[in-house]
Amino acid sequence: MAAEVQVFDAVLVVLLLWLGWRALASADLFKAVVQFIVFGLLLSLAWVRLGAPDVALAEAAIGAGLAGALLLDTLARLGRSGAADEARPLGLTPARTGIALAALGLAALLVASALALPERWPGLAEPALQQLRASGVSNPVTATLLNYRAWDTLLEVGVLMLAVLGVWILEAEPALPRPAPDPMLGLLLRVLLPLTVIVAGYLLWVGAHAPGGAFQGAALLAAGGVLWHLARPLSLGPSPVVRAVVVLGFAVFLAVGVATAVLGGGLLTFPPEHAGAIILVIEAAAMLSIALIMVALFVGRERAPSDAGIPDSAADASAVPGAPNPGAAP
Amino acid sequence: MSGDDVRGALSLLLIAAGMLFFLAGSVGVLRLPDLLSRLHALTKADNLGLGLVVLGLMLQADDAFEVLRLLLVWLLVLFASSVACYLVARSALRAHGDAPTAAPEGPDEDTRDGR
Amino acid sequence: MPEWMTPALWIAAAAVLGTIALGLVRVERGPSNGDRMLAAQLLGTGAVAVLLLLARATDAPALLDVALVLALLACVAGAVFVRRIGVQPPERDEGRGPTRATEDGS
Repeated sequence: MAAEVQVFDAVLVVLLLWLGWRALASADLFKAVVQFIVFGLLLSLAWVRLGAPDVALAEAAIGAGLAGALLLDTLARLGRSGAADEARPLGLTPARTGIALAALGLAALLVASALALPERWPGLAEPALQQLRASGVSNPVTATLLNYRAWDTLLEVGVLMLAVLGVWILEAEPALPRPAPDPMLGLLLRVLLPLTVIVAGYLLWVGAHAPGGAFQGAALLAAGGVLWHLARPLSLGPSPVVRAVVVLGFAVFLAVGVATAVLGGGLLTFPPEHAGAIILVIEAAAMLSIALIMVALFVGRERAPSDAGIPDSAADASAVPGAPNPGAAP
Repeated sequence: MSGDDVRGALSLLLIAAGMLFFLAGSVGVLRLPDLLSRLHALTKADNLGLGLVVLGLMLQADDAFEVLRLLLVWLLVLFASSVACYLVARSALRAHGDAPTAAPEGPDEDTRDGR
Repeated sequence: MPEWMTPALWIAAAAVLGTIALGLVRVERGPSNGDRMLAAQLLGTGAVAVLLLLARATDAPALLDVALVLALLACVAGAVFVRRIGVQPPERDEGRGPTRATEDGS
């Protein structure tokens, strides 16, 4: 490998290690969150260097975008209840020692099993590429996720669904004091929301033959939803429509699985001539569900905003994006 | 010297100029005394740096679609970072109304506990 | 393109990564949370530049899509920040979350 490539990789690795350490060790929670966001940015560069642009896309969308938004929002709520006021004490308590030992043990196991791998194992890449023609798509990553191991992906969509059910089960949070509509955020929303929808559709479509896919598209859509919630607060409680969209992806996936089990070659074994269309349908449904689930995770479940004692009739009057904004600055 | 060489040299020149602006932006963010001046350094220098890099890469693009995508990325960053910097700057002005470069704000300013 | 182009692009990418490292010093030092947030913004722009350069250097147009996603999401964290937390004066900033949203759309 050329020297300049090695220099780039070395700088990247050093920055990642340093950021990872600082994000864990800094006593200032806000600083730790920012460092974690930057860590996500650089991690997506690392995935690029490892030749995994699909993962880099997902990391860019989730790590640098949504995870940061969730953490900052969490920090805001912690601050309200005063929980963040006690600075994190950094000493070793027995519990932390136990966790550290367990983590070290796990790391040792992983290292040992990585070392135990045969030096020249051909891996599964060869058979995966050989079957690509029958998978319905030409991007091997999408073929793996939605055809070869569609079962795993079905369960992953299920896990996300359960996560939002978990949030809904929890007692409703007192709403944060609701800021008035902000013309700049409205502008941001009007420009970025259509673009996130277009690019999400593009990623979904392009995922058949190039890096992209349902998860990446969903993360983008969800980021658009988060912006929407910031500009014009949404209420995403478990209403019938929201529930229907949340289960849509899992339901479609499962229905396809049952249909293939009854009519065809077995659970989630797609007939090659229809595999491409089946994958697109599953991905489209999954993208909608995952996006809504992520936005619902961000919104959480708030008690009625009137509890906060802040009149917000202005916010409700302009709850439709694109509507003329009464608070617009000249 | 072929046309390709000239185009390559021009492209590299633009990219190198972009590096200078990135460096200037970073030095500004490190060295300038307060938040608002740092914001000022950041938005302008970095977006110009990225713009020059994009311009340089456009000279090497394979097709029109790539040119368009490069342009779209730059415009988006331009838009996003100017809005984000505006938001942070306004938030900073409201938080410490006595910042050196603070302009007088609206009449509701003194109801805030930041002063 | 001439054959010296690829190494030159790698060097440029490494240089942008270097300026990202400089920005990290600002994240570390603060002093206010606004400083940290704006430094993160700088790093996002830098990461986009690195991705564009690598897309050309490694001839991987898919990286343009990664850059596009980063560019689209560049301001989400910043928007959550001003809407939920807001800049706080540095002396009140250490280890502390926010007390309320500071925006009131005057």
